[in-house]
Amino acid sequence: MSALLATERVHREYRVGEERVRAVRGITLEVASGEHVALVGPSGCGKSSLLNLLGGIDHPTAGRVLFRGADVALMRDRALTRFRLLHIGFVFQRFYLMPALTAAENIALPMAEAGMPARERRARAMELLRYVGLDGRARHRPSQLSGGEQQRVAIARALANAPDVVLADEPTGELDARTGADIIALFQRLNADGTALVLVTHDEQLARAARRVVHMRDGVIVTSDDGR
Amino acid sequence: MRFTLALATLGRHRGRTVLAILGVAVASAMLLDMVMLSSGLRASFRDLLLSRGFQLRLSPKGTLPFDTDATIGGAAAMVSTLRALPDVVAVSPVLGGQLHIPREHGVITGFALGVEPRVQGDYELLSGHDPRRPDEMVANDDLLRAAGARPGDTLTAAAGYDAQLRALAGTRRLVITGRARFLYLSAGQPAAALPLSTLQNMRGADATDAVSLIMVRLRDDAIVEAARRRIQSALPRVEVNSTSEAMARVDQRLSYFRQLSFILGAVSLVVGFLLVTTLVTVSVNERLGEIAVMRAIGVSRVHVVEQVVLESGAIVLGGAVLGLALGLVTARYLNSILSSFPGLPAAIDFFLFQPRAVWAALGLLALCGVAASVYPAWRAAVHPVAGALREEAVA
Repeated sequence: MSALLATERVHREYRVGEERVRAVRGITLEVASGEHVALVGPSGCGKSSLLNLLGGIDHPTAGRVLFRGADVALMRDRALTRFRLLHIGFVFQRFYLMPALTAAENIALPMAEAGMPARERRARAMELLRYVGLDGRARHRPSQLSGGEQQRVAIARALANAPDVVLADEPTGELDARTGADIIALFQRLNADGTALVLVTHDEQLARAARRVVHMRDGVIVTSDDGR
Repeated sequence: MRFTLALATLGRHRGRTVLAILGVAVASAMLLDMVMLSSGLRASFRDLLLSRGFQLRLSPKGTLPFDTDATIGGAAAMVSTLRALPDVVAVSPVLGGQLHIPREHGVITGFALGVEPRVQGDYELLSGHDPRRPDEMVANDDLLRAAGARPGDTLTAAAGYDAQLRALAGTRRLVITGRARFLYLSAGQPAAALPLSTLQNMRGADATDAVSLIMVRLRDDAIVEAARRRIQSALPRVEVNSTSEAMARVDQRLSYFRQLSFILGAVSLVVGFLLVTTLVTVSVNERLGEIAVMRAIGVSRVHVVEQVVLESGAIVLGGAVLGLALGLVTARYLNSILSSFPGLPAAIDFFLFQPRAVWAALGLLALCGVAASVYPAWRAAVHPVAGALREEAVA
């Protein structure tokens, strides 16, 4: 199994006032194409920090983050931004949709950034809205959508440029159990369609859906096992 | 898409955006007015001086035209000398003085201009005809109104008043042959024009063969300076002013207007700049999490900066368009106040509308808009993505 995304003895330290926080401590992890990985562990164990490193929105203090063998940390800002735009899809716990834009416009934003013509953007946004089951909500703004609907739009946005991997940080954390289950089902469908998934979660149901569950504690991987 | 996002972001806080646009509009209006004031007065004065095509003005030594009551003696010979010069097309001698018109309710005092009607450049005839005979005159509406007279009426007029005898001097019966608008007189000033020789005779011995001013029209604008030097050396006892020299003197005298307009214009620009900077910075600070998400999903730093500049630009553009209209209305109002300033020609516009002034104001505002977005755009561009997302999650 060739690694799509990998970390090699990666470290991430923060300074919080005088205190030095070692969020990630020498983690080595590989994520293959089409794989479904769940990162689990107690709060503050470094899951989200690891996810940010994998997605190239944070830089490691030491070690390497590799995408198809290329060191992400060595990329210049423009190349790194392009890498996130074209190869990574992000889903956040709090959805983080642009409140001023409609659902369709939110989904079209990464496509516009990638230079896709307006007509194609609109068609693709509608296609993705259908994929997440929200084809009647294209013109709604985030404030007019429920939490579950907002997260579906966020997932559609993450898929806008057909990324190789979707990184999701507590995607069901803000949702009730039933809505969470819908989102889990959506992620499973997404993975079945060939997109690799790395999910940070406290949700046992969501973790169980993953093929591999990576347990973390105090910035290190404790165990990595098949979740099924 | 960035434009849509910028507009939609502004639309999210409509009240704040409207207030910002109104603030910029007031600053823009003031800036436009100041740009119009700084160049308008000068351009207006120049247009006025050149309106009748006279490029040179001869006045008593050391004075500007009608600056004092001083006169030029031996005027007839001087006018003949000037008319004999090959480059001279027309010579218009003018004598200024007071005109007293006794009426039942008292004496009306106005301004009298003795002119040669055939070549005069001091008034525009509105109706009737020029004073062709020695006992004729044209008057402006202010004089006609004050005297309760109209064209065709005959009035008794005097050029002097003897305070000791408490009697009018140099009295004549003059027929009003027309209505006129005087170019260089201030608003509301009663005035009349009569033949030069008539006014000279009415003023008595001190004005015989005297004039206050001689205006000279040359055949070509290109020879003005050479002609001025030649006439000045031929007639050393008078001051020969070209339009450009008169403008230089006017510039000197009115320099405080330009300084005032420069300072107030700069203040309005700074106020607009601070207003937009503050509002856009507040807006960016509120949206650091949102901007971090944009960066996370692949929106480039350049495009984040562009979006902030677009927001700032939209506020400035909206304010500038509104400010342009507001500026023109206030300029018109202020112009009507300042034009009634005593001693200034009514035809002078303090705030002259010139497309160049509008472009200059818009250019300065555009620069202001871009400058105002520099700090918030920089803040949006360099804020760390992961840190902002962490803060947002904690918040």
